[in-house]
Amino acid sequence: MNLTALISQNTASRARYGLVLFALAIVLAPWLVGHAGGNAWVRTLDFALLYIMLALGLNIVVGYAGLLDLGFIAFYAVGAYLAALLSSPHLLSQFPALAAALPGGMHTPLWVILPLAGLLAAGFGIVLGAPTLRLRGDYLAIVTLGFGEIIRIFMRNLDRPINITNGPKGISSVDPVQLFGFSLARTHEIFGLRVTSVYFYYYLFALLVVLILFACIRLEHSRIGRAWVAIREDEDAAQAMGLDTRRLKLLAFAIGAAFGGISGALFASFQGFVSPESFSLNESIAVLAMVVLGGMGHIPGVILGCVLLAALPEVLRASMGSLQQTLFGQVLIDPEIIRQLFYGLALILAMLYRPAGLWPARRGGAQ
Amino acid sequence: MSTPLLHIQQVNKHFGGVAALTDVSLSIEPGQIYGLIGPNGAGKTTFFNVMTGLYSADSGSFVLDGQAYKPTSVHKVAQVGIARTFQNIRLFNAMSVLENVMVGRHIRTRNGLWAALSRHRRAREEEAQTRQIALELLEYVGIAAFADYRADSLSYGHQRRLEIARALATEPRLLALDEPAAGMNATEKLQLRGLLEKIRNDGRTLLLIEHDVKLVMGVCDRISVLDYGQVIAQGTPEEVRRHPAVIQAYLGASAHV
Repeated sequence: MNLTALISQNTASRARYGLVLFALAIVLAPWLVGHAGGNAWVRTLDFALLYIMLALGLNIVVGYAGLLDLGFIAFYAVGAYLAALLSSPHLLSQFPALAAALPGGMHTPLWVILPLAGLLAAGFGIVLGAPTLRLRGDYLAIVTLGFGEIIRIFMRNLDRPINITNGPKGISSVDPVQLFGFSLARTHEIFGLRVTSVYFYYYLFALLVVLILFACIRLEHSRIGRAWVAIREDEDAAQAMGLDTRRLKLLAFAIGAAFGGISGALFASFQGFVSPESFSLNESIAVLAMVVLGGMGHIPGVILGCVLLAALPEVLRASMGSLQQTLFGQVLIDPEIIRQLFYGLALILAMLYRPAGLWPARRGGAQ
Repeated sequence: MSTPLLHIQQVNKHFGGVAALTDVSLSIEPGQIYGLIGPNGAGKTTFFNVMTGLYSADSGSFVLDGQAYKPTSVHKVAQVGIARTFQNIRLFNAMSVLENVMVGRHIRTRNGLWAALSRHRRAREEEAQTRQIALELLEYVGIAAFADYRADSLSYGHQRRLEIARALATEPRLLALDEPAAGMNATEKLQLRGLLEKIRNDGRTLLLIEHDVKLVMGVCDRISVLDYGQVIAQGTPEEVRRHPAVIQAYLGASAHV
């Protein structure tokens, strides 16, 4: 008993150190990265944060509840399009009556959009989940894959007969985020320091990541989180314990989707533009790869997976051209192709040598 | 005679043209260990699956504790008050031993989404209570020392105990065990017998579906024998042991005792 007490005390203090380090890393990361490589790299970091939100959402569905979802990007799309419609001139240009009602234009503030995006995406999660949750494993994966494609194709074709999504052209001039009159899209001078837009977005995204992280951690160690993991481990046994697995799975779908939707809304405001091309199957697979590569069901692993897989393509893109230049005196292979090659290679190696993920959940107890 | 805890009448179940169960009735008194035995393929497991909602019966009536219930879905049967274990142990392997039992508390607790996120006072109290009860149950079945271990790291006998503790956590009115002695050695069987008697002596009712005739004869208060989907004998272990139909079913027509 003494030993267990000692170990748990040890892990508690380790967790505290970990948290302090994590907070420090979050605060300092853009400045280190920006100093070393400039704004483009901070932008990559911003995207990494969006991916973390997405992956944390997917982790609830895949990692905790064990439901393989190959169409998760659809919820990202739902959030993004909602934000785009609610804060761009597109709808007003299509519906004169609406334009007359809103003479100031359609500028819904972020704090309205985010909860709406979360709720709408959760609703879509339930719509997807309700008819499909009788399916297990591969069959569920195929249906979710189809769902992801359906959403994308809808976005692509919903410009006729009534133009809602503006089809393949997408919706542009989405409002940038404005908080209390402070525009995140401009460069501001703070204490004599010129801070550019990507930094502001970074801290906004980081704040939301922390909130989602908080929710995920609390859910994981709760009655509901335990029930999810029980369903993942053995659905029949979970039912025999009286768990209403259908409802619990729907809940997982809804919450995961909500985080995806929030991430999507931020993406739309950040980009200022959405089009169906951003929500392809490749993106669903990329997010799933982040979750799996990092360590399914283990939050630190998932975050690591996101940072690596979001940064890796950019690092390869930036380095492969100059690397060839120094090695061979000329660029033999298009850096873009090499980038794909190494990206795939990295995934294969990770699956071969770390099948449970780079940073899997600690296996409790020994022997 | 008191009112039976579980009263099942005239259950029929067909798979295509095969009659798996024909007019099976049994009635379990509270505080008993009730045994259901029979040769391979007699329909024990089918009956078990019908009773717990995995299969739907073609006909039959089910009454638990004076209330009729319809075994239409597995989780509802568990909520009504029948907890089961599995022939081939099915635990939540990646979870800790303690968490396994805590999952068993799910239907007796209420914490929802908001409780999980806010951890308000009542939510924390419930969580602490869940943990406390789970620990007590682990102590009860004798594996509290392994509370923090992964479930699949336990030995076979301990895994079986964990499964029983998890089922007990649902506060069942009837604990139904599907071949709990399967794959156990003699020592483990003896310990299992001790545990089953302890659970019975604490006022709980158990239904035991078992291959091991010796264990059933030793531990059960009453027994039903199934053969070809029909009840061929019912009574105390002594009565069943001498019943000619049972002897015939187990040893063949010409056997003598």
